Amino acid sequence: MNKLSVDHLLGIKSLNENDISLIFKTASHFKEVINRPIKKVPTLRDITIANLFFENSTRTKISFELAEKRLGADIINFSSSSSSVKKGESLIDTVNNILAMKVDMIVLRHPNPGSSLLLSQHTNSCIINAGDGAHEHPTQALLDSFSLYENLKDLNGKNILIVGDIIHSRVALSNIYALNLLGANVKLSCPLSLLPKDIEKLNVTIETDVVKALKWCDAVNVLRVQRERMLKSYFPDNREYSMLFGLDVKKLNKIKKDILILHPGPINRGVEITSDVVESNNSLILDQVENGVAIRMAIIYLLASKMNFQLTNNEII
Amino acid sequence: MPNKILLDSKKIEIILRRLVYELIENHKDFDETVLLGLQPRGIFFIDKILEVFKRDHPNIKIKSGILDYTFFRDDFRRSEKTLSASLTKIDFSIENKNVVLIDDVLFTGRSIKAAMSSIDTYGRPKSIELLVLIDRRFKREIPIAANYCGAKIDTFKGDRVKVLWGEKLKDNVIYIES
Repeated sequence: MNKLSVDHLLGIKSLNENDISLIFKTASHFKEVINRPIKKVPTLRDITIANLFFENSTRTKISFELAEKRLGADIINFSSSSSSVKKGESLIDTVNNILAMKVDMIVLRHPNPGSSLLLSQHTNSCIINAGDGAHEHPTQALLDSFSLYENLKDLNGKNILIVGDIIHSRVALSNIYALNLLGANVKLSCPLSLLPKDIEKLNVTIETDVVKALKWCDAVNVLRVQRERMLKSYFPDNREYSMLFGLDVKKLNKIKKDILILHPGPINRGVEITSDVVESNNSLILDQVENGVAIRMAIIYLLASKMNFQLTNNEII
Repeated sequence: MPNKILLDSKKIEIILRRLVYELIENHKDFDETVLLGLQPRGIFFIDKILEVFKRDHPNIKIKSGILDYTFFRDDFRRSEKTLSASLTKIDFSIENKNVVLIDDVLFTGRSIKAAMSSIDTYGRPKSIELLVLIDRRFKREIPIAANYCGAKIDTFKGDRVKVLWGEKLKDNVIYIES
């Protein structure tokens, strides 16, 4: 199969194994492209993409923007703080107005879960979910899995641990779906107060003893404690969280084996992970950032290739 | 209609040797020259060229690579099919080098145009040449010509020229599938 099974990227839940393997294969070619002296290809020169960010973002926004530019697309950036959203315009109206300016693809980050799905149902455009509340962040999960895939070759049967604020994390949910599709065993470790109800139904196991969980795993994905999403107190303080669940050299020395370390960023150094672990040889954190551009190029390329040229030609419309 | 054999293994071997001599005539010791096989089928042809160099001219050291030009093609979104990329492997700089692109069949010329655009992303070569095994000379859609050519053939619309590379020299064959 050389075609995605979906017309939008709303979440990993809607993808299948073939989609993921096609995205990885395409991303590996784009990784070669972005390491050339001239990192740009003209493939999407007739496509216009709008990046709509209704929530703050540094990494994801820059990564999408770079991916789009390196594919040769025209882009427009929109942030809710400086827009008519402040005057009471609805999401669908805002997007339909942008689409009327002949925009072909929308990259959406929004605080409400399901916002990408809503847009895909009410607008005539290709939608890429760049994070919808605490629901999914599919491109992050794909770049995390791709970084693991590059190092471990085959994720089937590999043990992957996710440590951190699971309940507020869209990265956790998308990663669980992606790792399940790739055949990996997934374990979660965090204070029970940060664990969503019924999470075991997603084919994951739980371990509250981090050292025990680290001994089990081949790679650990450390998630940020999302203080900004916490409306109440989930654990006593950062110091206690760090002692029990933070990744540090002391805990890694106890497990007596090398494991790969990932973090989707932004990092709270000294809370969920210490600086020496971030900068250690087993850390894939900067590989994740590089792979993010390649993965996003692959997704945009594969989705754009499903949009027939005629459909975006003004004369036909 | 049965397949018509264009070139048998014996003729292909003579052509390969001739093409290698032509390359040597123009590029001498290959210090400033690199060979790039074009995906998907030029990579098999470049292997045969390199085999002849190794066998008949072992003192000449050649830098070679593989180039995929998918992202530079002009037919993206022009059909239902997604254009799938293949491996590119160029482990050297092409800046100021003489680049010889190698492909098995020169047909419309569009692939070569895409390949030449793709080359630019690696640097600015001193020159670009094209070596092909078969030139379907009356089927060009853009003005592109080969510098080195194994054989020129005339074909009908709908004909497919197939190049089969076998494990052994005697298994190589080129035929027209109507």
